[in-house]
Amino acid sequence: MSTATRSLPRTIGAHAILLTYTAIALFPVILVIMNSFKSRAGIFSEPLTPPTPKTFDLIGYTTVIGQGDFFHYFQNSLVVTVGSLFFVLLFGAMAAFALSEYRFRGNTLMGLYLALGIMIPIRLATVAILQLMVASGLVNTLTALILVYTAQGLPLAVFILSEFMKQVSDDLKNAGRIDGLSEYTIFFRLVLPLVRPSMATVAVFTMIPIWNDLWFPLILAPSEETKTVTLGAQLFLGQFVTNWNAILAALSLAILPVLILYVIFSRQLIRGITSGAVK
Amino acid sequence: MGSLKIENVKKAFGPVEVLKGIDLEVTDGEFVVFVGPSGCGKSTLLRVIAGLEDSTSGRVLIDGEDVSVTPPAKRGIAMVFQTYALYPHLTVKNNMGLGLKQAGTPAAEIDRRIGIASSMLSLEPYLERRPAELSGGQRQRVAIGRAVVREPKLFLFDEPLSNLDAALRVNTRLEIAQLHRRLKATMIYVTHDQVEAMTLADKIVVLNAGKIEQIGGPMELYNSPANEFVAGFIGSPKMNFIDGARLGETAKTIGVRPEHLTVDPKSGAWKGTVVHAEHLGADTNLYLDCEKAGLITVRIFGVYDAEPGATLYATPDPAKTYRFGADGKVLK
Repeated sequence: MSTATRSLPRTIGAHAILLTYTAIALFPVILVIMNSFKSRAGIFSEPLTPPTPKTFDLIGYTTVIGQGDFFHYFQNSLVVTVGSLFFVLLFGAMAAFALSEYRFRGNTLMGLYLALGIMIPIRLATVAILQLMVASGLVNTLTALILVYTAQGLPLAVFILSEFMKQVSDDLKNAGRIDGLSEYTIFFRLVLPLVRPSMATVAVFTMIPIWNDLWFPLILAPSEETKTVTLGAQLFLGQFVTNWNAILAALSLAILPVLILYVIFSRQLIRGITSGAVK
Repeated sequence: MGSLKIENVKKAFGPVEVLKGIDLEVTDGEFVVFVGPSGCGKSTLLRVIAGLEDSTSGRVLIDGEDVSVTPPAKRGIAMVFQTYALYPHLTVKNNMGLGLKQAGTPAAEIDRRIGIASSMLSLEPYLERRPAELSGGQRQRVAIGRAVVREPKLFLFDEPLSNLDAALRVNTRLEIAQLHRRLKATMIYVTHDQVEAMTLADKIVVLNAGKIEQIGGPMELYNSPANEFVAGFIGSPKMNFIDGARLGETAKTIGVRPEHLTVDPKSGAWKGTVVHAEHLGADTNLYLDCEKAGLITVRIFGVYDAEPGATLYATPDPAKTYRFGADGKVLK
């Protein structure tokens, strides 16, 4: 940053705005984590204070670990998220490559068609999806969830990735063709590594809604075997009594895996977001 | 070995015709330069030869064999790109060897050829580096090396010097010329820079709007351009074109190269005022606004003192004056 644009009031102002925004954004998360370490009485009497020796209690965590098969739910969530992510990135990148690289009749129309899903929520088709899954015997399987989430994530992936793939140098791909590389090798070895930052962007945008989704697990795979974490946490929500300790503990634990995945992708992510702007 | 024949090649992108029927023959060992303004189709023509672009109609023959439907890797060609196009994840050595490896060449043979090419281009110290760790000039030498190791029938260069700075451009130009002399290979080189074309080529192909305007040696194009376009494109500064009617000539346009004009402060054919003077040391470019001929450029060898506003008389060399008809063609 050049010194000419830096002045003390301006710096303080900018930081104040950013800090306020950070506080607002983090407040619910911190509230959940804080209260997950408190006793039931502590949560209700002073919900906004951090755990004190008096209110500190691990009862939520012990309930979660002791009751219900939470490790299994985590595993299900992870399988669904990672599985869907893999297919979204693979098929999204392949479609984007075809759209950006090859000239064929109806290229633009095909691109629009593939991006249409961004504007139409997949949930509108829930009933049809359920009928389809019943007919194909996929109800209460993780496969059903992976298929639905792949469909849900693809439009945005194709849209973002095809924009980035257009920026990959034609000369590089042509050099590969002259050296006798197949189109698949050109795609996997030359193009994919170059669009890695944008893949990370797509991965994060795809991953979070899948991990947090309650709708499709509830409708398509509510069995004990296939429950995901968000669905599993419902266990503690009763009609008359709600076990807040356990819910908050389950939610706090559910943050962890996404946080880890996010950290893995985030270094790439920042480059992905800014790569078009600064060159 | 490496002759090329192009028969009536046309290329259209949708309704836009980029190449409008190109016929060309290149004999073994020739250095041919395609030159023309941007958008004239020269790069497209090179891509059609390489097989990166299919022609809409017409045939491409390499060594007498029709390669119109052969994939690029099987055509026996190598290409050097403007943006270097090195594989960012491979070392210099692997960049150069990839094509041979893909073709199933034994490792010992690949190493031998990389050894020869890298010593030819003084790339030995960099063999284990990645492209990101090299300077622009080094990268372009690696790209040339990658073409050399394949021992192709045809070398294709697509504006290889455009991304280099002026000093490096001259050096690399020299290296390419030496390479051609050593390898005695057939090379096809695309550029928009007529200086590169003049200095490198055995044969220049001047293209304009998808058509060949003229084919010939550098001096042939300079001394006897076929038409107004070639006359204006070859030579720097550009040839002066003067409306024939203003000079009382029958030809539509009269052309005189700046270096074929002499100036005198006292008398001459065209009286004019100095608008601007460029002093380059070895020569001086004067811009004269003449009563009869309009704004013309005069190139004088050596230093010539002329202040803007001064009156000078310019006289063309009658033996080196070109006359163009209404269709732009030279009148004999």
